[in-house]
Amino acid sequence: MDVGLVQMQRRLADYANALFKEGILDSQYLQLQELQDESNPDFVVEVVSLFFTDSEKLLNDLSRDLAQPNVDFKRVDAHVHQLKGSSSSIGAERVKNACIVFRNFCQEKNIPGCLRCLQQIKQEFLLVKSKLETLFKLEQQVVAAGGSIPTVQQPSL
Amino acid sequence: MADHGDEPHVLAVDDNLVDRKMMEALLKNSSCKVTTAENGMRALEYLGIRDDQPGESSVSATTSKVNLIITDYCMPGMTGFDLLKKVKGSSILKEVPVVIVSSENVPTRINKCLAEGAQMFMLKPLKASDVKKLRCHLMNCKT
Repeated sequence: MDVGLVQMQRRLADYANALFKEGILDSQYLQLQELQDESNPDFVVEVVSLFFTDSEKLLNDLSRDLAQPNVDFKRVDAHVHQLKGSSSSIGAERVKNACIVFRNFCQEKNIPGCLRCLQQIKQEFLLVKSKLETLFKLEQQVVAAGGSIPTVQQPSL
Repeated sequence: MADHGDEPHVLAVDDNLVDRKMMEALLKNSSCKVTTAENGMRALEYLGIRDDQPGESSVSATTSKVNLIITDYCMPGMTGFDLLKKVKGSSILKEVPVVIVSSENVPTRINKCLAEGAQMFMLKPLKASDVKKLRCHLMNCKT
């Protein structure tokens, strides 16, 4: 038994579990894993990559929209709605929750509130991006060492 | 009904790219053939209904290309509800079940869609179990 591989798998499992415990990912992320199989071997990375590029664009749009002399709140809300939707679909719980708060400020047409929220969303996004990129690296290491990626078990809360 | 062997053909409509990819994977995972559309207009084009001719198809099709339409509710331009109305108003497509999905649990919205003929209303994010249930319920699967 390759002790190195076992340790790597252990590290991967611990890292993944921590993401759930910290509320960075929720159970929806497990749905992505369920959809990955031999016919769709890179599904998780593909969907998450789409989420990253899509979100970056939306965050840029939001920055621009909020910097306008007359803020178009319908437009801002539409962008946040998109971001809320995609973060919810991949299980990026904190990003989703930050979007919900944002939408409240948007309804109140509260620009300072929106700007604060945007900062929050950006932070949460960068956090989940960094964590998932690390997770994928750890998975690659396990696979390269000849192991298989254990299905993440969401720790009971 | 269009014959695709054992695999039902589903048209999935959603303006969100991530959600579209998820819906596609969820449906394929439940042994469905999937076509996606990014908005209602594209969906109608695919189905053969022209938007400027309400009701009748401008294509001489006699059967629907698809067995099921799943559409997001909140889409810019044509909403899922608008799309539902167009489908139900078409002589060729009105028998095709339409499922509306939404991230928002709004009872008046749900009732409005069901009253207009939606087969089901489901909450996002969709899970594999939701889609499996949906497929069995709508396609009368044998297992």
